[in-house]
Amino acid sequence: MGAAATLLPGIPVMGHPIHPERALEVIDQAWKKQMSDVALNAARSNGATYTDVRIGRYLQQFVVTREDKVQNIVNTESFGMGIRVIANGGWGFAATDKLDKDNVAKTAELAVAIAKENSRLLTEPVRLAPQKGYGEVTWKAPIEKNAFAVPIKEKVDLLLNVNSAAMKSGADYVNSILFMVNEQKYFASTDGTYVDQDIHRIWPIFFVTKVDKESGKFETRNALSAPMGMGYEYLDARPQDKIQGVTTLYRGRYDMLEDAKVAGQQVGEKIKAKSVEPGKYDLILDPSHLWLTIHESVGHPTELDRVLGYEANYAGTSFLTLDKWESKKFNFGSKMVNIVADKTQVGSLGAVGYDDEGVKCGQWDVIKDGILVNYQVIRDQAHILGLNASQGCCYADNWSSVQFQRMSNISLQPGKDKKSVDDLIKGVEKGIYIIGDGSFSIDQQRYNFQFGGQLFYEIKNGKITNMLNDVAYQSNSQEFWNSCVAIADAGDYRLGGSFFDGKGQPGQVSAVSHGCSTSRFNGVNVINTSRKIG
Amino acid sequence: MAIFSKEEAKKILEKVLSYSKADGCEANLNGSNGGNIRYARNSVSTAGESSDVTLAVQSYYGKKSGVATINEFDDASLEKVVRRAEELAQLAPENPEFVEPLTQQAYGESKTYVEATAKITPEYRAQAAANSINPAAAKDVTAAGYLEDSNNFTSMMNTKGLFAYNKSTGVTFTVTMRSNDGTGSGWVTRDYNDVTKLDTVEASNIAIDKALQSRNAKAIEPGKYTVILEPAASAELLRNMLFGMNARTADEGRSFMSKKGGGTKMGEKIMDERVTIYTDPWNVEVPASPWTGDGQARKKMDIIKNGVVSNLFYDRFWASKQNVAPVPFPGNAIMEGGTASVEDMIKDTKKGILVTRFWYIRSVDPQTQLYTGLTRDSTFFIENGKIKHPVKNFRFNESPVIMLNNLETLGKQVRVSVDGGPGGGANFLIPYMKLRDFTFTSLSDAV
Repeated sequence: MGAAATLLPGIPVMGHPIHPERALEVIDQAWKKQMSDVALNAARSNGATYTDVRIGRYLQQFVVTREDKVQNIVNTESFGMGIRVIANGGWGFAATDKLDKDNVAKTAELAVAIAKENSRLLTEPVRLAPQKGYGEVTWKAPIEKNAFAVPIKEKVDLLLNVNSAAMKSGADYVNSILFMVNEQKYFASTDGTYVDQDIHRIWPIFFVTKVDKESGKFETRNALSAPMGMGYEYLDARPQDKIQGVTTLYRGRYDMLEDAKVAGQQVGEKIKAKSVEPGKYDLILDPSHLWLTIHESVGHPTELDRVLGYEANYAGTSFLTLDKWESKKFNFGSKMVNIVADKTQVGSLGAVGYDDEGVKCGQWDVIKDGILVNYQVIRDQAHILGLNASQGCCYADNWSSVQFQRMSNISLQPGKDKKSVDDLIKGVEKGIYIIGDGSFSIDQQRYNFQFGGQLFYEIKNGKITNMLNDVAYQSNSQEFWNSCVAIADAGDYRLGGSFFDGKGQPGQVSAVSHGCSTSRFNGVNVINTSRKIG
Repeated sequence: MAIFSKEEAKKILEKVLSYSKADGCEANLNGSNGGNIRYARNSVSTAGESSDVTLAVQSYYGKKSGVATINEFDDASLEKVVRRAEELAQLAPENPEFVEPLTQQAYGESKTYVEATAKITPEYRAQAAANSINPAAAKDVTAAGYLEDSNNFTSMMNTKGLFAYNKSTGVTFTVTMRSNDGTGSGWVTRDYNDVTKLDTVEASNIAIDKALQSRNAKAIEPGKYTVILEPAASAELLRNMLFGMNARTADEGRSFMSKKGGGTKMGEKIMDERVTIYTDPWNVEVPASPWTGDGQARKKMDIIKNGVVSNLFYDRFWASKQNVAPVPFPGNAIMEGGTASVEDMIKDTKKGILVTRFWYIRSVDPQTQLYTGLTRDSTFFIENGKIKHPVKNFRFNESPVIMLNNLETLGKQVRVSVDGGPGGGANFLIPYMKLRDFTFTSLSDAV
């Protein structure tokens, strides 16, 4: 296999391979401040009216296996500096991986020159929301176990044991992967902020397949894990983190071995499951599934850059236009639908102390009692909403990428009344209980969507009866959220999320979580997805 | 600086291999110069240039291998990267599927490089943006677009004596035009190795016309319709189908190419006999590199011939296990077309839908290659041989295999790049197609 072909197809791998132990080295904070000051001063003396500097060290470790084989181990480091400036009212950006004083100063000069060139095409100058300087501050994700300090052999053993457990319980094929990311980000700006941050993320995932040679049918069952803003402790499952029901679900910690064993059995049940009768059903959606519906139908349409048209040529625009927000009565969902943006949620993928333009992060309402009340905003957009501060939604996926508006953690708040999942199911006459995320698709303005899942259980007269197959539901975002009639209480609240959410041209990825409790949606259109191709 | 000549690349790679102490070593040296401009709301939002050269070295001991990369090319750096690859190889577990590098292969001459594209300037990009923004503003339309160009080289050498080198260029242009009343949207995509074929004025005007013609779309009932798909609409579905033609998953029984009771559909007729899809690295419209990333020689080869599966793709490991010759994944795909123009197809349609593009296509069931997605940026209702009015967007649930069984007419071919971005996407030459019974399952209010 050629060297270039050994990385993972379809997965954004950044940086240069390193020895695993090098990931544990720490870069001196005083040196980062010194280099940042070189850039800030050089930009200012060349005519910049605002400058921010990001020195980023982005570490990735991916362990990839199938059945009894290790297919790939990726250890990479990407290190460098991105400098963003405003000059003559326009943005300019330049980046370098050669961090000596001369080169940093030259890169700052280049950023200013680009800003001046771009300013000639401007229709109006950039208006930045004011931001106070915080001085020298730090933020560290509250992890218990640095995944990069765990020996690779331990990770390989875990995945091979996971694969073996799935095969023993009935699977024919298993692919499993551990994704681990550490972002060490230093930010400095002419506002007087110097922030050093240490961010960790982890995602264990597997795909279990069974083939019935006689019928020619095959099915897969994916892991019910969530990507998390945590260390390796996410894989230390404790009894109190398990939710027992029709299948075992996980909150905050994950038992990969146990889930693989169950998946090996369930994938066989999926092959034999009854094909769904299309029609209207009441849906009970588990957080391992509903996070993705929240992501697509609430998270993306409330991004202000989409609303304004900056993504029109790629990801699209949004049905949540400014007039709907200005009316203060746009009925996004039923009265029990409260959706909050929160960049500080512990354990979430999007949790940081400060965003990539030096704004201290917080939380705010997006949908309040069913009404659209706010968007997700960065510094040069705040004035459009009449805000005098950014909400801290700026992010770049690398030191060499320009930061722009990215999705905050966006979560459905749990129900206020005490209500369990069983309570939700009890009231359903004809319904489907959906667990795990599957196929997903939504239009460019976020009206019409279709979602699949991993496990589907038919509900008849308040009871789960049998497993179903070939299920997908279609709806319209506003109709769907208005059909929300019950949300389980905080005891059921869990996070799901996207590890590689794509946006922008050139494309960038980001990681974001979505929390919720199990929820009920009435009268949703379910289609049957089985076909025959001969 | 980022583009090394064949001789420069060879010299560096020879030096790299001279430092190898492992059982074997293979090095890939690749570089690119690129630029882009992005605009929205009738104003330029970002513009930039980038330049990068990376050397990736893979060393191996038996079936243990490690990869290290570097972007500095002095002797000390080259030795350092080889030592690091050897260290990582020693640490790695054995990979039973490791296959030793190839010996020298015979490659055909490449047609992927065009000097004019390598010479694109920031002024050219700014003019492309202006070519969209100015006519849009004059017609009460808002432009959002993106142009990206690149000039690349790839090279590789190994201790078995293989050396390969290729240069390529590419330019991709997309623009979305939205009418300022918010009810119409048009889109165009263009992709070439040779920038002299790109006319951003003509492309922008097509998107503007579509934006204006698609205003105030009417809702019609979803269901099965005859469709005329522009090549950009069918490209991603065809790409997904070809990606699914991997021999290993077919042999394992977990592919639409697997047969009930075991075996694969190789040699079986699975779609209309007028469907012929082949790869040809030397096609002048969609040239591809004559060699793959692991040094295999690409050749002209049928994939589907007259509706029959002619080839599945075998990587080198799976080919050796199955005792067949490797069949590398193609660098391009060409679907044979016909002579009909889109106007001819519309004239011959009693009732149907004309689709500009599909969007957010996702797999629903790999067993049947069922995909869902939506129409976007201009969809029209055809009645009695004429376009009657724009229609609201539809969601579809359809399989390219079923689609190509329901073929009515093949039209003229157009080059389309999927997953755009020069060098990063896959290039296709796809005809306009008229198909019966295409399945639309719901309506969308999106414009």
